[in-house]
Amino acid sequence: MRIACPFCGERELGEFTYLGDAKPQRPAADAGADAVYDYVYLRDNIAGVMDENWYHGGGCRAWLKVTRNTLTHEISAVEPAAGAGAAKVGA
Amino acid sequence: MKYSIFSLARAALSGHKNWKPTWRDAAPKDRYDVIIIGGGGHGLATAWFLASEFGIKNVAVLEKGWIGSGNAGRNTTIIRSNYGLPGNTGFYELSMKLWERMEQDLNYNAMVSQRGVINLYHSDAQRDAYARRGNTMRINGIDAELLDQAALRKMMPFLNFDHARFPVQGGLLQRRGGTARHDAVVWGYAHAASELGVDIIQNCEVTGFTRDANGRVTGVETSRGRIGAGKVGMAVAGSSSRVAAMAGLRLPIESHVLQAFVSEAIKPLLPNVMTFGAGHFYVSQSDKGGLVFGGDIDGYNSYAQRGNLPVMEDVCEGGMALIPMIGRVRLLRQWGGIMDMSMDGTPIIDKSPIDGLYLNAGWCYGGFKATPGSGFVFAHLLARDEPHKEAALFRLDRFQRGAMIDEKGQGAQPNLH
Repeated sequence: MRIACPFCGERELGEFTYLGDAKPQRPAADAGADAVYDYVYLRDNIAGVMDENWYHGGGCRAWLKVTRNTLTHEISAVEPAAGAGAAKVGA
Repeated sequence: MKYSIFSLARAALSGHKNWKPTWRDAAPKDRYDVIIIGGGGHGLATAWFLASEFGIKNVAVLEKGWIGSGNAGRNTTIIRSNYGLPGNTGFYELSMKLWERMEQDLNYNAMVSQRGVINLYHSDAQRDAYARRGNTMRINGIDAELLDQAALRKMMPFLNFDHARFPVQGGLLQRRGGTARHDAVVWGYAHAASELGVDIIQNCEVTGFTRDANGRVTGVETSRGRIGAGKVGMAVAGSSSRVAAMAGLRLPIESHVLQAFVSEAIKPLLPNVMTFGAGHFYVSQSDKGGLVFGGDIDGYNSYAQRGNLPVMEDVCEGGMALIPMIGRVRLLRQWGGIMDMSMDGTPIIDKSPIDGLYLNAGWCYGGFKATPGSGFVFAHLLARDEPHKEAALFRLDRFQRGAMIDEKGQGAQPNLH
């Protein structure tokens, strides 16, 4: 698997770190325990095409949204996703 | 058929031409008391324990491919019970005790080999952590020995003891740990379950659940037609989310790929199972002579049953750091299995929120060693509707209650467990 970084070009997988499904969004602070449980723990775990957050730590250090098929590892789109990691981990 | 030295001798005298299939390839009936989805080690073990321990013999095991074609055939065959957290410690020891009597129970040679499992340590801090884990095991009646470097040098003089960064200082040994022949475990449970009347139905993929007006699961839709059931148990680790989704459930699980490797066969070298403590590398030697080894999961969601090169390189580097002489050995083959990575690294064995549907899921990369224990406690849950005491903490709602069993302390990031 190689990922075509929009800033660096096609690079080998070892340069990237995986965060996971890009779909879960951090709920509002007053959203309640069930919404937080859903966000932190539950996953669609898609068998097929999925949007994911990857971090290009071995290159430009940008967060990327990668559209990838989990059945074949085929990547159909890569776009910048500034702040994706911060949104996910609440940093 | 009962296997013994006499049955072997009789078959040998007739040129081994009269062996019968060891289990019965069944066609589906209209209805069963219990249907188990998944004909791997866990599913077949569950069926056998239902029939042999809990008196429920009207049972079917549904397998979408052939039995043992999933993760039961894609592991590194290691058995051990060296866990440190409440919930895990007792459960894996229950499983180890069942490994020790499995071949007699099943009348099947599963090549259970208690050759010992050694976790190597490379620093004072790691030694202290392993000493603590060993103490936890011994308090719970499990064997554990902390070995120093001198003891290890006698056992395995070829280790890279004086590595500049990661010197091998010693190891935590569980002598009762070891390996078992993975296919024979599947065939053994299939053999024994089939003898007790369990229907093993292959090429039968579950495509949906049938429900009654109250939402209770009443059976399954399959590629071989509709089959009714009193209760349905899922033992499909790797695909748990996909099957659960057919019932409208979302699980705290991601599917990830774990690779494993076998080298060409060499003369006897490794006396036991060994894990490198400074990287992720574990290895044993099969009875055919190949080194069987593995390391980390690849780290991204996957259902592809194959991995990528960076992890392969990392695993091989770990092997070279620990046993430099294996650099001359050629890699024979490599494969990937799909792991149910749960959010705390620990399995889920519980009733689902849907009446009549039971979960056995989230085994991460530790499912093989759990095979007999998992079958026993899942059969207990299915038969009695209450968890076995050694699996009472493996609940689906533990994430909501803050009662995770996180052996590695990584939090809800499955690719780090």
